[in-house]
Amino acid sequence: MPDTITLQVARYRPDTEREPRLQDYVVPLRKEWAVLDGLNYIKDQLDGTLSFRWSCRMGICGSCGMSVNGDPKLTCATFLDDYAPGPVRVEPLANFPIVRDLVVEVNDFMLKLRRVKPWLLRHEDKPLDEGEYLQTPDELDDYKKYSLCINCMLCYSACPIYGLEPEFLGPAAIALAQRYNLDSRDEGAHQRLDVLSTDEGVWACTYVGECTVACPKGVDPAGAIQRYKLIAAKESMLDLLWPRGAR
Amino acid sequence: MSSVDDLAPLYRQRVSLFWWARRRSYLLFVLRELSSVFVAWVVVYLMMMANAVYSGSAQYQEFLDWSARPWVLLLNLVALLFLLLHSVTWFNLAPQAIVVRLKGRRVPPRLRGWLVPPRVVAAAHFSAWLVASALVALIVLGVG
Repeated sequence: MPDTITLQVARYRPDTEREPRLQDYVVPLRKEWAVLDGLNYIKDQLDGTLSFRWSCRMGICGSCGMSVNGDPKLTCATFLDDYAPGPVRVEPLANFPIVRDLVVEVNDFMLKLRRVKPWLLRHEDKPLDEGEYLQTPDELDDYKKYSLCINCMLCYSACPIYGLEPEFLGPAAIALAQRYNLDSRDEGAHQRLDVLSTDEGVWACTYVGECTVACPKGVDPAGAIQRYKLIAAKESMLDLLWPRGAR
Repeated sequence: MSSVDDLAPLYRQRVSLFWWARRRSYLLFVLRELSSVFVAWVVVYLMMMANAVYSGSAQYQEFLDWSARPWVLLLNLVALLFLLLHSVTWFNLAPQAIVVRLKGRRVPPRLRGWLVPPRVVAAAHFSAWLVASALVALIVLGVG
């Protein structure tokens, strides 16, 4: 095993550069080092001007998503050793505007997330003294997979539809909408239908499936979207035959 | 929510013209999108055939002669390949959209083996397709 590996890191400094370019850094190659460790080595030892986001280093916070050799990855869970002898190309997540170096602008995703109301919606809240909303393990199983999303946006980076049509609500937002729609305690499915069953919602997806491949938490957004298409189609047929107001 | 737009210019990443060549899944996706054009062509072709049948045997023979031209044959062969791609990917998608419940309990999707519901859902669709195709073949070939 060689002692070092070269990281080709995308640099973009908006005050001096018009577009990103790759800069080579040689970092130690250690078996237990993730790409993020390599970046931190650069920041601490070689070039303090490099900017990137990170926090937990254990695949929970979802902030260190970057493009590694062209694939969207959590850099804390992607090991340098797997790319030996290198070089390893580290770029910002595709499909997002770049703020600086490896930092991308995420407002679009944050706004989309809010649109699907990813929280429990009730027609009427139960009084506190009646206790919590109970749920069986089977009911929990119905949505648990979708609740594992850490908002890392790797799925948006992997989705060519989002790249071509930025209005697309996107994989994570739809999977999170499903996380609440399938929750037995939630009563907001109809409110979310108006956002999800639109041209920018599930119908923009033509099932590439790369979002599910990219997801580091096994959420399967592609599956969530296909499942919702069936519901959306059923609801619009029902609306046509038996309008919601008359029900 | 505050925006960083006014602080520094954001660099908008452009999607390359050849993005679809980067991954097999992207290529398959673009081909599947393209297949809808051929689905439309087959619909038009079938309507032309129905019209020819309705118009009498002379017109039908004319339609058959036209269909036997090399470029029409080639077009229909390419259309057949795209239709197969369209159908196979469509039926493979079915288990993603349909969640099978047995006695009200969802079947664990990660179990391996032949009795895994996603495979059963796909197999049921493919079988139904096969039966329908066999029926059509029987009618067409049987009557012919």
